[in-house]
Amino acid sequence: MKDQQYAVEMQSICKYFDNFCALNSVDLKIKKGSVHALLGENGAGKTTLMNVLYGLYTPDSGKILINGQHVEMKNPNVAIEHKIGMVHQHFKLVEKFTVVENIILGKEVVKAGCVLDIHKARNEVKKLSETYGLDVDPDAKIEDISVGMQQRIEILKALYRGVEILILDEPTAVLTPQEIEELISIMGKLTKDGKTIIIITHKLKEIKKSSEYCTIIRRGKYIDTVDVKDTTEQQLASMMVGREVNLIVKKEKAKPEDVVFKIDDLTVEDSRKIERVKNFSLSIRRGEIVGIAGIDGNGQKELVEAITCLKKAKSGKISINGTEVQNTSPLNVIEHGISTIHEDRQKRGLVLDFPVKYNFITEKYNKPEFSNRSILNEKAISKFTEDSIKEYDIRPEDCASKPAKALSGGNQQKVVIARELSNDPDLLIAFQPTRGLDVGAIEFVHSTIVKHRDSGHSILLISFELDEIINVSDRICVLYDGQIVGEFQQGEVDEELIGLLMAGGEEKNEI
Amino acid sequence: MRYKIAELLNKSVIKIVLAIVLGFLVGAIALILAGYDPIASYSMMITSIFSSPQNMVQVLILTMPNILTGLSVAFAFKTGLFNIGGEGQYLVGCMAAVIVGGELKMPPVINIIVIMLVAILAGGLYGALAGLLKAKFGIHEVITTIMLNWIALYFNNYLISVPGIGVKNTQYSIAIKQNAWTNILSNWKTSSSGKAYLASHHTLATILLGTDINYGLIIAIAAAIFIWFLLYKTTFGYQVRAVGLNKEAAEFAGIGVNKNIIMTMFVAGGLAGLAGALQMAGSAPHALSTLATEPGYGFNGITVALMANSAPIGCIFTAFLLSGLQFGGSTMQMNLGTPSEVVNIMIGVIVFFVAVASMFTMLSEKIKKRRVKNAD
Amino acid sequence: MLTSILLAISITLMYSAPLIFAGLGGVISENAGVVNIGIEGMMTIGAFAGAAVGYFTANPWLGFLAGGLAGGMLALIHAVACISFRADQTISGVAINFLGPGLALFLSRKLFQGGTTTKPVPNQLPSFHGNYVTIPIVLLFVLIMWFVLYKTSVGLRIRAVGENPAAADTLGINVYKVKYLSVFTSGVLSGFGGAAMTLAVVSNFTPSTISGQGFIALAAVIFGKWKPHGTMCACLLFGFAQALVVILGGSNSIIQIPSSILSMLPYVLTLIILVAFVGKSTAPKADGIPYVKGQ
Repeated sequence: MKDQQYAVEMQSICKYFDNFCALNSVDLKIKKGSVHALLGENGAGKTTLMNVLYGLYTPDSGKILINGQHVEMKNPNVAIEHKIGMVHQHFKLVEKFTVVENIILGKEVVKAGCVLDIHKARNEVKKLSETYGLDVDPDAKIEDISVGMQQRIEILKALYRGVEILILDEPTAVLTPQEIEELISIMGKLTKDGKTIIIITHKLKEIKKSSEYCTIIRRGKYIDTVDVKDTTEQQLASMMVGREVNLIVKKEKAKPEDVVFKIDDLTVEDSRKIERVKNFSLSIRRGEIVGIAGIDGNGQKELVEAITCLKKAKSGKISINGTEVQNTSPLNVIEHGISTIHEDRQKRGLVLDFPVKYNFITEKYNKPEFSNRSILNEKAISKFTEDSIKEYDIRPEDCASKPAKALSGGNQQKVVIARELSNDPDLLIAFQPTRGLDVGAIEFVHSTIVKHRDSGHSILLISFELDEIINVSDRICVLYDGQIVGEFQQGEVDEELIGLLMAGGEEKNEI
Repeated sequence: MRYKIAELLNKSVIKIVLAIVLGFLVGAIALILAGYDPIASYSMMITSIFSSPQNMVQVLILTMPNILTGLSVAFAFKTGLFNIGGEGQYLVGCMAAVIVGGELKMPPVINIIVIMLVAILAGGLYGALAGLLKAKFGIHEVITTIMLNWIALYFNNYLISVPGIGVKNTQYSIAIKQNAWTNILSNWKTSSSGKAYLASHHTLATILLGTDINYGLIIAIAAAIFIWFLLYKTTFGYQVRAVGLNKEAAEFAGIGVNKNIIMTMFVAGGLAGLAGALQMAGSAPHALSTLATEPGYGFNGITVALMANSAPIGCIFTAFLLSGLQFGGSTMQMNLGTPSEVVNIMIGVIVFFVAVASMFTMLSEKIKKRRVKNAD
Repeated sequence: MLTSILLAISITLMYSAPLIFAGLGGVISENAGVVNIGIEGMMTIGAFAGAAVGYFTANPWLGFLAGGLAGGMLALIHAVACISFRADQTISGVAINFLGPGLALFLSRKLFQGGTTTKPVPNQLPSFHGNYVTIPIVLLFVLIMWFVLYKTSVGLRIRAVGENPAAADTLGINVYKVKYLSVFTSGVLSGFGGAAMTLAVVSNFTPSTISGQGFIALAAVIFGKWKPHGTMCACLLFGFAQALVVILGGSNSIIQIPSSILSMLPYVLTLIILVAFVGKSTAPKADGIPYVKGQ
């Protein structure tokens, strides 16, 4: 029968969160034994759809068929019974537990009722990992292992439960190019074994490399399902966004002048006294954008925290305009001309419950422009807010007294950028500045960064999206394991080489 | 119509009113189950407050410390700290007030001001100590302040045993010098001309002679207005609220979070300490007494602050409410034999429902959802 | 000399037992991710229930069980607030600390002719040379809790829920059920702690029977790094401090210290230990954070 070709069929799925419609009558058909990509922008609804399939959410209406059979996905246990497994974008691992404990959690290997039999469990895990080539250390604690290994454990969790339909949510976000190749080959092994794989992603390149089919979702609505080999990246992008997309950033060549920012031999430890930034050195000139390429977890976070004095540097010097600012205070760093767009705008960038106007002055509230002998100058604050809203086109226009959490992600980021740029910083640090933003907002952020450069300032751009680094930077440094392992001027970019260096490989010298 | 109810449920004031109503309801149930008449008990509670000018004044007098300890808890809440140490900070304020006001001889007006300042300083430092332990060592202020409460209690008892501070063979310490008392017209009402006047003015007599009426309440209300101004109009208040709403963002913006914790606890402790000074100066015996358990003003402050959702001006009103409940509870017990602890149960229920205020939000959302579904 | 040491140990254990019960209550609740500030209130209602049932039935074991049940019921209120309604767990705990003593004193007045103290129980829990049976019982409980938490699947799930409830949820574990059971057990243990006071250390309930033990137990949990064995050691230390108050407060003791200064000892000790030994917090990662599906 035709239907049994489909491992998964989702029919007219609707899902509301209070008044917000996350999924609007979405259909999905996944062929057994295929790799099927689910493509959409951030917030399009792809993860929500898969959470419905996995039983984490109950749909408000619609049907789910597994291998032709109608199933009520009341909770993950039902999904697990039907051999569906999900590897989430943010790993669901208990950090203090060991690998084995994480894998067996919920389906423990026991003797005498409920006493754990770790020995037996360890052997079962070893067997599984050897069968599929997923290399893990069973007794290691999650908090001590690499991100790549954590992902393998998530896949093992699913295999341990006999998964036949595996959902991977943004699996390549945290992997090096080499690890991505490994993952694609693992996926191949699984599909050869008859398993079905659904991969949620917004990375066009990976879809082209790994998937047979692709379903596009936009703003909660089903758009189309295509054969990947017959569709170009440009076409996929247009369907994802709904209009023609400009994938290149427009800018002139940089004209760097004297050195304005210097890091000398910087070493930074993390909270567990492990060195994350090792003897790191970097110079940035006035009028250039320096991009740091690297996989998440290679020291970027600790580097930014050391520069902004949120964390102590173990040794080394950081100077701006000739003044040393390492190990002083966040306020001191800001006052010397370094402003930062932080990767986590909701945690570090904004006080979400404060009205928008108060978010503009978090760094300046006690300065004479905004306060008079300790009393806040509401008039000045309001004027500054209105001016910024106009200049950066922040919507809605009357948001000054509304809490910042009412704004969309893109507009929240605009508030942060407006605030940081109003300091007229000599160095702007942009750490993952376009995380979670839609294409329109991304274009805005990039052009703002270029404008800041063109008015004689410098930018340090740190991003986990290699495309962003390559498009925006004038000069690219590759960060691996806390050190710079390669440097490229714009125009000399060799993407394959950068990928290799990001993974810790070494440049091969042709003989 | 349903939508309007749903919207109403979401407003903070309505949630608090509902919590209070539920508190009364549960109290009534407890009374019925225990065999008491809730209607008689509640009406005795409410009417007794207004039954005489003396009683009304008593409630006002009881309100003063509750306002200040309420402000103490509310202010700390605004920066994300839970100040359960109001009891200890209050006692420290009492002790400082009695030592300075009882031992030192100072001219009138100057002495009460000095006493208040010393008590604010002492209570403030005691609060800042808990703040320091949190800022520097990361120890949760709930535990440190509770420990400090007990330490202050026993230190209070110890002081009374010290010769020179305690009065021999009594449970009390020396009293604050009379010229520092804040009682209204305290000298006049005991003078011969005063007594003569009062003999013919009965109502005034019951108030002036029958209660400890003092102007502490006015100072407490002024403090509430000052705290409101501090919180919403000054840079210090901005900093306090920013840290309370998002500590990490405040740190990132250059605000000194640790310094903020210590300073906020100082203000909170100072407010409770002020309550102690005004209580010593305003109410007999104007001296420290040996205590078996905590006097309770600090814990009252928690209820006052929670009911007012940490709004400084709101604390004035919820403090009145609490004092009324407690006063009514004791007259209820005196006249009807109903256990005054039913008031504690009511307060517990009110605090509970304030804590689960989100329940009302969830109910509101459920009602709204039904409407959306119907609209489709 | 030997008898003094034995006496000191005996008094220490006697005072520690209620603390350890309550401490275990704190351990299981917090390991499941629910902060329980209300231990004091649960101990109070347990102490009252133990004394009241112990008086009316003349059977201390029934009283002990009643104490546990009373604590458990009060804990359910905390559970509903924190788990189903996602209340601020600290505020809910404070409410419990009003409700516990309030209910206890209210019922006391009702059952004991308007008095706030109960009549002494005719039979306390059995003792051997002054050492009450609560001591071996509580030590057994420590062992059982250690085993359950670290060697069984039940314990693995409890700890998973406290560390990463989303992870547990995606593996089909019922996070709400695990939290409810843990908080209920926490209440029962705290109630046992209260009853261990009024059926052993003393023999009736007064408004000041439980004065701060619940909070000392909480400090013990932090000091013991949220582990049952560590918590037990911390409680023994605090019990020793309370024993010192009794030993040194006697009129024929070696040093004469004013009783009010002595009474401060357990509390000052708690502070010093917290400062000196705590260091980086190792609480369960999701402790105190209400779990909402889909986050």
